[in-house]
Amino acid sequence: MIARLFKFHGGVAPEGHKDESAGTPIRRAPLPSRLVVPLRQSPRTTARCCVEVGQKVLKGQRIGEAEGGFGTAVHAPTSGTVVDFAPYPMAHPSGLPTRCVVIEPDGEERWIERTPFDIDAAGRDAALAWLRDCGVVGLGGAAFPSHVKLGSSGGVDTLILNGAECEPWITCDDRLMRERAAEVLAGARILFRLIGARELLIGIEDNKPEAIAAMRAAARDAGDEASILPVPALYPMGGEKQLIRALTGIEIPYGRFGAEYGVQCFNVGTAHAAWRAIVHGEPLVDRIVTLTGNVAHAGNWEVLIGTPIDELLALAGPAADTDRWLMGGPMMGFALPRLDVPVIKACNCIIAASPTLMPPPPPEQPCIRCGECARACPAELQPFELYWFSRARNFDKARDYHLFDCIECGCCAYVCPSHIPLVDYYRFAKSEIVARERDRNAADQARERFEFRNFRQDREKEEKAARFAAKAAETRARAAGEATAETPAAGAPAAASPGDAADKKKALIAAALARAQAQKAAAAAHDTEDPAP
Amino acid sequence: MIHSPYIRKPASVQRVMGLVLLALLPGIAAYAHTVGAGILVNLGIATCTALAAEALVLALRKRPVAIALSDLSAVLSAWLVVLCFPPIAPWWLTMLGVTVAIVIAKQLYGGLGQNPFNPAMVAYCAMIVAYPALMSQWPPAGGMDFGTQLGLILGGARDIDGLTGATALDALRTGLHAGAGPVDVLRQGPAFGFLGGSGWEWIALGYLAGGLFLLAARVITWHMPAAFIATLSLVSGLFWLVDPARFASPLFHLASGGAMLAAFFIVTDPVSGATTPRGKLIFAAGVALVAWTIRNFGAYPEGIAFGVLLMNLCVPLIDMKTQPRVFGHRGGRR
Repeated sequence: MIARLFKFHGGVAPEGHKDESAGTPIRRAPLPSRLVVPLRQSPRTTARCCVEVGQKVLKGQRIGEAEGGFGTAVHAPTSGTVVDFAPYPMAHPSGLPTRCVVIEPDGEERWIERTPFDIDAAGRDAALAWLRDCGVVGLGGAAFPSHVKLGSSGGVDTLILNGAECEPWITCDDRLMRERAAEVLAGARILFRLIGARELLIGIEDNKPEAIAAMRAAARDAGDEASILPVPALYPMGGEKQLIRALTGIEIPYGRFGAEYGVQCFNVGTAHAAWRAIVHGEPLVDRIVTLTGNVAHAGNWEVLIGTPIDELLALAGPAADTDRWLMGGPMMGFALPRLDVPVIKACNCIIAASPTLMPPPPPEQPCIRCGECARACPAELQPFELYWFSRARNFDKARDYHLFDCIECGCCAYVCPSHIPLVDYYRFAKSEIVARERDRNAADQARERFEFRNFRQDREKEEKAARFAAKAAETRARAAGEATAETPAAGAPAAASPGDAADKKKALIAAALARAQAQKAAAAAHDTEDPAP
Repeated sequence: MIHSPYIRKPASVQRVMGLVLLALLPGIAAYAHTVGAGILVNLGIATCTALAAEALVLALRKRPVAIALSDLSAVLSAWLVVLCFPPIAPWWLTMLGVTVAIVIAKQLYGGLGQNPFNPAMVAYCAMIVAYPALMSQWPPAGGMDFGTQLGLILGGARDIDGLTGATALDALRTGLHAGAGPVDVLRQGPAFGFLGGSGWEWIALGYLAGGLFLLAARVITWHMPAAFIATLSLVSGLFWLVDPARFASPLFHLASGGAMLAAFFIVTDPVSGATTPRGKLIFAAGVALVAWTIRNFGAYPEGIAFGVLLMNLCVPLIDMKTQPRVFGHRGGRR
C-alpha cells in the first residue's frame, strides 16, 4: 500500500529536547513510602470506594467501582494496607483536592489472581466492560475512558494508533514503542477487533526513527499488515484531529468525534494497557512517566499510579536552579502548584524548568496584526482577531470567529512577536462565555419555573371554580327536582320555607361568583399563554 | 502565574521592524548613490523627530517610553515618510511630516497596532495637499551635488526651476496634457531612463531586492506584493496595448514613482492592511488600481498614498468578508 500523507495548516517546530530522556531504557520506579490513589482518574466521574480503612489489599485489587457511563474502576497499585480514605490535593493547576485511597505498601507486590480475558468466548460488550473494570483510559493525556470510545465506534473503518508524541521533552511513548513494540501492536489489534476496523494506521513522528524501526520489525515478525507511517515532526501532530487529518485527510470539526467520520484514534500507551488487561488480566496500575528538563538523570520510569510526585522527582536529581515543575509538555502542560500530589493516569511527563531553560516571556507588547499566529494555527483560525474580541469582551464576535474551535495548543502564543499570552485570552473568553451561558440558562429556568407556577395557580383556581360551579348546579338541580317533586304531591303551591329560600339564594350567588371567577381565570390563563415580553 | 506555552520562539516586534529597516538599506544605498546623499540627512532628521515625538506622546499618555521606542516602529515610519518625500524637502517639512505620522496617524489612535491608516501615507497626503510645490520638487538623478542638496534641506533659497526637474511620472503627465507627443516620444526626454525615471530605476531595483529578502525572511507574505504588481501590470498593460501613444507600459509604471517601495514596504504594513490571505490580495489590488487611475487621470502625479488610505478604510469590511475556512468546517475529505 502506498501511504499518502496529508498536511494540516500551520503548526510549529520547537526544539525537541527528546535526546535528554530518550537514550535510557525504561526503569521501574522504587516503591514509594505510600500511595495516594485518586478515585477520580478520568474526567467527569469519580469511582465509588469499595474498600475500608485498615483493609489489606492486593496489587490490582479493585478499590473503586466504576460509576456512570464514563466511569472506570480504580485499583490498588501494590499490595498493602488501606490507611486513609479522604480528600487529597491533586495534580491540577488548581491543586483542588479529590477523594483518594491511601495505601501503605507491604513491599511484597502480591498480585490478585490474574485471569486472561477471552474475547471470543465472552463477546465484545463483555470485553468493553472488562476494560472498564481494568481501569483502562487514554494515556495520551486526556484520560478518556477507552471503553466509551470503543463503545461509540460503530461503522469505524480506520483505527489510528497515535505514536506521534509531538510535545517537546516527552519520550514515554517513544521508549514504549522501542521496548515493547510487539505488545503495543498486539494491543492495537485488540482495539482493532473491538472496533471492527478494517485498516490499522500507526502514525509516528519522524524524529523517532528507532521507534519506527521497532514497530516495523514487530509488525514483520507478527505478519501484521498495519501501516507504520512516519509523519513530519510538526507540533501539534499528536493532536488527535491533526493526526487523523495527516493520515487520512479527514477533518473532524469541533464538537464532533472521530467515530462519526469512520475513524478512531488511540494512544500507543493505551494500546499497551489494553493488551495487558486482556492478555494478562492486569488492570492499569502503573504508567510510564518521562522525568526530564533541568535534571541530572533524565529518563523514563514505570511509575505506580498514586506515587507522590515529590518522591518520584528525587530519582531524577533536579538541579539547584529548578524553579518550577511542569506536568505534561511545555506547550500544553501546566506548572504544578505543589509537589505532594500523586501521579495519575494522565501524567505522561514531568519537566523540571529553570529560568535558563524556560525563561519567563518578555513583557507583552501591542498586537501588530502581523498574522504569524494565523499562519501557525492548526485550527486555521485568525488568533489575533480572537484576541481583539476577547480583550474587548466582545464574546459573541469571538464565538462567531470560532473561538471554540481553538484547541489551546499554544502555537499562536509560541510564535507571537509581541509575546502576547494569546491562549490565556482564549481560556478567559471561553470561560466567560460558558459562565454567561450558565447564568442565562439559570435565568431561563427561573423564568420557566415562575411561569409554570403562575400557570399552576391559575389552573388550580379554574379547577376550584369549576368544582364550585358543578356543586352549585347540582344544588340547583336538586332544589328544582325537589320543587317539581313536591308540586304534584301537594297539589298546591308549596310554601317555600324561609330556610329553603335562603339556600337557593346562596346557591345562586355562589354560581354567579363561580362564573365570574371562571371567566377571570380563563382571561388570566389566556394572558399567560401570550409570548413572554 | 505563567501559563502554557512555557516556551517561545525567539521573535519580537523589534526583530520584525529591524528586518524591515534592514531590507530598506539596498534601496536607500541606491538612492544615496544615484540621487545624492541628501536623503541620508533627511533620514537622520526624521529618525530623531520620530523618536522625540513618540517619546513625548507616550510620556503624556503615561505609557512606558523605553520599550516602545526600542521596538523600532517609529523609526520605520520615519524612514518610510522620508522615502516618499522629495530628498531635498526642507528640514521642517520632514519634521512636520514625521510628526503628523507619529502623533496624529499613530499615537492619537492609540499607538502601535491601533492605527487604522498607514502613518507614512497620512503624512504624504497631508503634506502634498498642504505644500504641493515643495512636495513636487525632485532633483534629477545625478544632477545635483550634495552641497546644494544640503543647502536646500537646511532651508536655503529655492531657485528651483534651475535645479530640479520633473519626475518621470510628472513629465509624462504634463507632456501628455500639453499634447507634446505620444508616450514613446516623450520618453526620449532627460527625465526618463531605460525603465522608469532616469536613475530612479536603480532605486526601484534596490527596493525589489529588499522586498525579496523580506519574503525569504518570512516577514511578509507573497500576497500583497504579488497582487499589487500583478494588478498594476494588468491594468496598465491593458490600456497600453489598446493605446500605446497615450498610456505608458507596465514596466514603466512598475519602475516609476513609489511602486516598488509600495509593493513591498507600504501596502504590506500589517497594522493598517487586510490580514486574511484573500483580503490581502483584494487590498493590494485595490491600492494598485487607485494608484494607476490617479497617475493617469487624477490631479497628482503619484496616487499610491491615496490608494492606500482608501483601502485602509475598507479593511474591516474586507477582513470580515474574507475570513478563511476553519479546520473541519466545509471541505476536507468526506
